[in-house]
Amino acid sequence: MDKVIVAEGVSLGYNNYEMIINEATFSIDNGSFVFITGASGSGKSTLLKSFFGALKPKKGSLIVGGVELNSVSSSKLNLLRKHLGIVFQDYKLVNEWNIEKNIALPLLINGYEKSVIEKQVESLLKHVRLKHQSGKFPLELSGGEQQRVAMARALAHNPIMILADEPTGNLDDYSSQLIWNLLEGANEQLETTVVVVTHRIPQTLKVDYKHFHIEKGSIYEVN
Amino acid sequence: MRSIKNHLSLILALISILFAMQTYIVTKRSIDAYKQNLSSNYAIVVVSNRTLDINKLKQTDKIIKDIQQINVDKSIKKIDSTLDEKNIEFLKLTLPKFYKVILKKYPLPSEIEKLKKKLFENKSVTKIEDFKSSYEQTYKLLLLFYDVVSVFSFLIVVITVLLILKELRIWQFSHKERMNIMGLFGAPRWLSSAVLFRLAIVDAVLSSLLVYFSFLYIQGADFIKEQFESIGISVTLVSGFEDFGVMLGVALSISLALAVLIVITHKEEV
Ligand SMILES: Nc1ncnc2c1ncn2[C@@H]1O[C@H](COP(=O)(O)OP(=O)(O)OP(=O)(O)O)[C@@H](O)[C@H]1O
Ligand SMILES: [Mg+2]
Repeated sequence: MDKVIVAEGVSLGYNNYEMIINEATFSIDNGSFVFITGASGSGKSTLLKSFFGALKPKKGSLIVGGVELNSVSSSKLNLLRKHLGIVFQDYKLVNEWNIEKNIALPLLINGYEKSVIEKQVESLLKHVRLKHQSGKFPLELSGGEQQRVAMARALAHNPIMILADEPTGNLDDYSSQLIWNLLEGANEQLETTVVVVTHRIPQTLKVDYKHFHIEKGSIYEVN
Repeated sequence: MRSIKNHLSLILALISILFAMQTYIVTKRSIDAYKQNLSSNYAIVVVSNRTLDINKLKQTDKIIKDIQQINVDKSIKKIDSTLDEKNIEFLKLTLPKFYKVILKKYPLPSEIEKLKKKLFENKSVTKIEDFKSSYEQTYKLLLLFYDVVSVFSFLIVVITVLLILKELRIWQFSHKERMNIMGLFGAPRWLSSAVLFRLAIVDAVLSSLLVYFSFLYIQGADFIKEQFESIGISVTLVSGFEDFGVMLGVALSISLALAVLIVITHKEEV
């Protein structure tokens, strides 16, 4: 099985003297389901940022989807990002766009046709149970609803890998289950690699998964 | 809602710049037209004790448009209708000759002095009347008016540019979010900033249209026409496509420069 992420001695930090992640070496298989846990402030979001090239490693080599992220050109990075589905911890929805347009964003960037986009957005809205809110703007939704819009956007273009930062952080059990089902479905049916940062690994998961834990700047695999 | 407000602030800023610019242009045109008007009424009178060669006299200075000898017959007759033919002929010979010098443009005071000096080089010229004092006042008033409008327009442009620079940070902020998110999903720069450039172009076109049609409207107003007629000039407030082109050009350069500034100063934040 080939690897979608290969990290060798990767150090991450926001400045040159304080590293959040220290010389981490690990890999993530293509098509696998991975959980990342760790205390608040341990560097989970930081690690995820490095996967989509928003934070370059200070040391070591990081390869995602065959792209070496240490010295990637902006056009190559864009190409990689077009095939990722990211759910940000703070959602990052475009507040001046309605939820349909927000969900359609990756499809627009990937140049899908309008009719295809409309159909896809409609079906995604159904999947995240937001059909009744269609036409609304992000700030008119609850936190949990915004989170589901962010999830729908991440799934929209059938990405090769989904990077989700606490995608159920604001959701009740019922809605959380909905999100896990969607992620599981994408992983099983489309062989999408799923990397999820969470505080609570769901007990109901049917797929096999890997579990990485971050502590004091190091990344361990938990069995 | 916020984006409409941003729209408005750029449009208003552009409108104020275009208005200042066009007011300056109109003032300059009015003054040029008035100068033209003055120059066609204005003339210098040269007195000579001998008949002068008009063609040679014309060569004295480039500013001279035409020279005509003033016919004194009527004046003489007025003096005394009892004089007989012979005496009149004699008087005509002994009287100095008067010449009216018409100029190409309304002269600056210094130009009048220069011209007078040159004309006096001709030894037979005895006197030159330039009617300076009566014209000079009007002319100086005109120049003052022009200076005031220039300074005023310049100030408006400077203040508006300062306001725009202050607004820039707000625009930067309101576009940053969208550009950032689009970039995180792999949109190239041109795509994530397309909205910005479309906005810049739409705002530039809207504001130049607005200013253009306001001036067109003012131009058509009767009271404006009457005012110009009363000082004997006709001025085009806005000339067809030429003025619109200049307005659009200025507005586009400003708004596109702003858009480019926002794009090149944009940094990804996660
Ligand atoms: N943009 C930033 N600039 C500087 N330091 C940052 C930045 N983002 C995060 N940090 C620091 O990096 C450390 C790890 O932050 P990170 O967001 O990765 O934590 P986390 O594991 O995701 O925590 P949480 O569970 O609360 O989301 C924190 O100490 C934080 O202060
Ligand atoms: Mg986090």
